Amino acid sequence: MQPQINLNRRASVWKRLKRDKWLYILLLPGLLYFLVFKYAPMWGVLLAFKDYQPFIGFWKSEWVGVEHFRVFFQNPDFFMLLRNTLVLTLYNLLFFFPAPIILALLLNEIHRSFFKKTVQTMIYVPHFISMVIVASMSYVFLTTEGGAVNEMLYTLTGSKVDFLASPDWFRPLIILQTIWKECGWGTIIFLAALAGVDVEQYEAAVVDGASRWRQIWHITLPAIRSTIIILLILRMGTILDNGFEQIYLMMNALNREVAEVFDTYVYALGITQGAFSYSTAVGLFKSVIGVTMVLGTNWLAKKFGQSGLY
Amino acid sequence: MAKRYKSAGETAFDLFNYLFLGLIGLAAILPFLFVVSGSFATEAEITKRAVFLIPSTISFDSYKFIFSTDTIMRSIGVSIYVTVIGTIVNLFFTVTMAYPMSKRNLMGRNLILNLVIFTMLFGGGMIPTYLIIRELHLLDTLNALIFPAAISAFNLIIVKNFFQELPVEIEEAARIDGCAELGMLWRIVLPLSKPVLATFTLFYAVGHWNNFFSALLYINDPSKWPLQVMLRQIVMLSQSAAGDLSSMDPSFVQPPEQSIKMAVIVVGTLPIMCVYPFLQKHFAKGVMLGSIKG
Repeated sequence: MQPQINLNRRASVWKRLKRDKWLYILLLPGLLYFLVFKYAPMWGVLLAFKDYQPFIGFWKSEWVGVEHFRVFFQNPDFFMLLRNTLVLTLYNLLFFFPAPIILALLLNEIHRSFFKKTVQTMIYVPHFISMVIVASMSYVFLTTEGGAVNEMLYTLTGSKVDFLASPDWFRPLIILQTIWKECGWGTIIFLAALAGVDVEQYEAAVVDGASRWRQIWHITLPAIRSTIIILLILRMGTILDNGFEQIYLMMNALNREVAEVFDTYVYALGITQGAFSYSTAVGLFKSVIGVTMVLGTNWLAKKFGQSGLY
Repeated sequence: MAKRYKSAGETAFDLFNYLFLGLIGLAAILPFLFVVSGSFATEAEITKRAVFLIPSTISFDSYKFIFSTDTIMRSIGVSIYVTVIGTIVNLFFTVTMAYPMSKRNLMGRNLILNLVIFTMLFGGGMIPTYLIIRELHLLDTLNALIFPAAISAFNLIIVKNFFQELPVEIEEAARIDGCAELGMLWRIVLPLSKPVLATFTLFYAVGHWNNFFSALLYINDPSKWPLQVMLRQIVMLSQSAAGDLSSMDPSFVQPPEQSIKMAVIVVGTLPIMCVYPFLQKHFAKGVMLGSIKG
C-alpha cells in the first residue's frame, strides 16, 4: 500500500504545481529579489571569518576564523561604541518612549473633535520629513553664524552655544530630533487602542465618583497596556540600532567620541576605508545581539502572560 | 456622555490640556514656517532681525540663485526619476508576490512566508549588501537606488493579509465566469484593494524621495546625486555649488547664505507637503492594517 500512497502524493504535488503555475510565475520576481538582495548578503557575512582581498575574490580569500572579532573586542573603540550605543538607547527609552503615550492620553481627553483632528494633522507632519531635512533644519537654526536660536540666546544672555560641535549637546539633540519627528506619529497606535475602550466603563466610574485622574489610571492605562508591551519588545530588538542616518548626519570630528555607534563605525571602516572583513565582523556582532534581544524579550513577554509577537 | 458638573480641578485640567496640545501642534510645524519665511529673506532682513515669521520684504533671490545652475535641477530630476520608477517597481514586486502568498492552499506558502519574516529579524548588513551591489555592477547607477529596495517585507505582509481578507465568494464567482488567475488579480483583486494600494504607493514614494542612505552608499558620481544628498552638501557641508553668479544680471546681489540654505530645504520638502493632504486621508488606516495578525 505504501508506495501507492506515495505515488498518489507525488502525482498530486505535480498536479498542484500545474494547477497553480500562474501563481508560481507571479512569485518569481519577489523570490528573486529576496534571494539576491536579502539572502545573498547573509552568505556574505562569512566575510567576517575571512581575510577578504577584493582582487582575489570571495572564494579564494583566506579563512581567518574569529580573528576579526578578537581584534575588535580588544580595540578600545569597542567600549566607546558599546557605551555610545547603549546610552543613546537608554535615553530613547527614558525620554522618547513615554512621549507618544502621554501625548495620546492627553489627546484622548479632548472631546472637541475639530481641535483634536487639527492637532493630530499637525503632529503627524514631521514623520514624513527626511532625516536630512531634520538635520539641515537643526544646522540652520543652531549654527553660531546667524542661526536663529543662537541669535536669540545672544540677545538674551550675550553669549552663544555651539550646539553642533559640543559633545555635551549631541545626545540631547538626537533625542529632541527623534521626539519632534516621531512622537506624533507614535500616538496613532495608542489612540487606536484607546478608541476601543468601552465608554460605559467611564460612565460607571463617574457614577462611582472617580475623578479624571482615577479614570485614566484605572481604565485608560490598563486598556493600552498590551500595546505598550508589544512596542517595548520591538524597541528592545533595536537596542543596538540608533538610526544610522541621523547619527551620521549629526556627527562631526568634535563630537565623535560620544556620537560614533556600530553602524557609523561599519560605514567608516568598510565603505570609506575598504576594511571589508573587519567591518562585516562588527556588523555581524551587532545583528546577532539584535536577534537575541528580540527573541529574548519576546520569550519574557510570553512568560509574563502577554501575547508576544511570535 | 451626559452633560455634568465639572469641578474646578477638571476645568483647570481641560484648560491646560487644550493649551499644551495647541503648543505641541505649533511646535511640530513652526520650524517649517521659519524656514519658509527665511528663504524669502533679504540680506537687510537677516542683519536687522534674527528671528521673524513674516519678512518685511519678500525676495525670490535665493530661489533665483539656486535655480541658476543645473546642480539643483539635475538632482531634483534624479529624485523624481527614482521616486516614480522606484514606486512602480515597488508596487509590481510587492503585488505579484503578495497575491500568490495570500492563497491558503498554495504549496510552499508557509516556507516562503517564513523566509520573508526571517529577513526582518536578521540581515547580512551594510558591507555584504554593498559588495553584492558592486558585483552586480549597480554602483553609480540609479538602479542601485531602485532594485535593492524593491520590496519592504513589512509592507508585503500587510498587503498579503489584505488580499487574504477579501471575500472568497467574489473570486469563486469570477472563476465560474471563466476568469483566469492573472485576470483575477488584475480585474478583481486590485480594484478591490485601491485604498491599500494608494496607501503603499504614497509610503513607498515618500521613502524614495527621502532616501539618503542608499545614495550615500552606492552613488559617488555627483551628477547622479538625488536631492537629499545635494541638500546635505549645500546645507551642512556648505559646498555652495547651488548657484551661478556669473550667469546673473550684474546688478544681482547674492542672497544671504542662510536664506539660500533655507530655500534648498524648502525645495526638498515641498513635494512631501504637496502629497501630505492625500497621504493623510489614508495613513492611519495603513498603519492599523499592520496590526492585523496573520
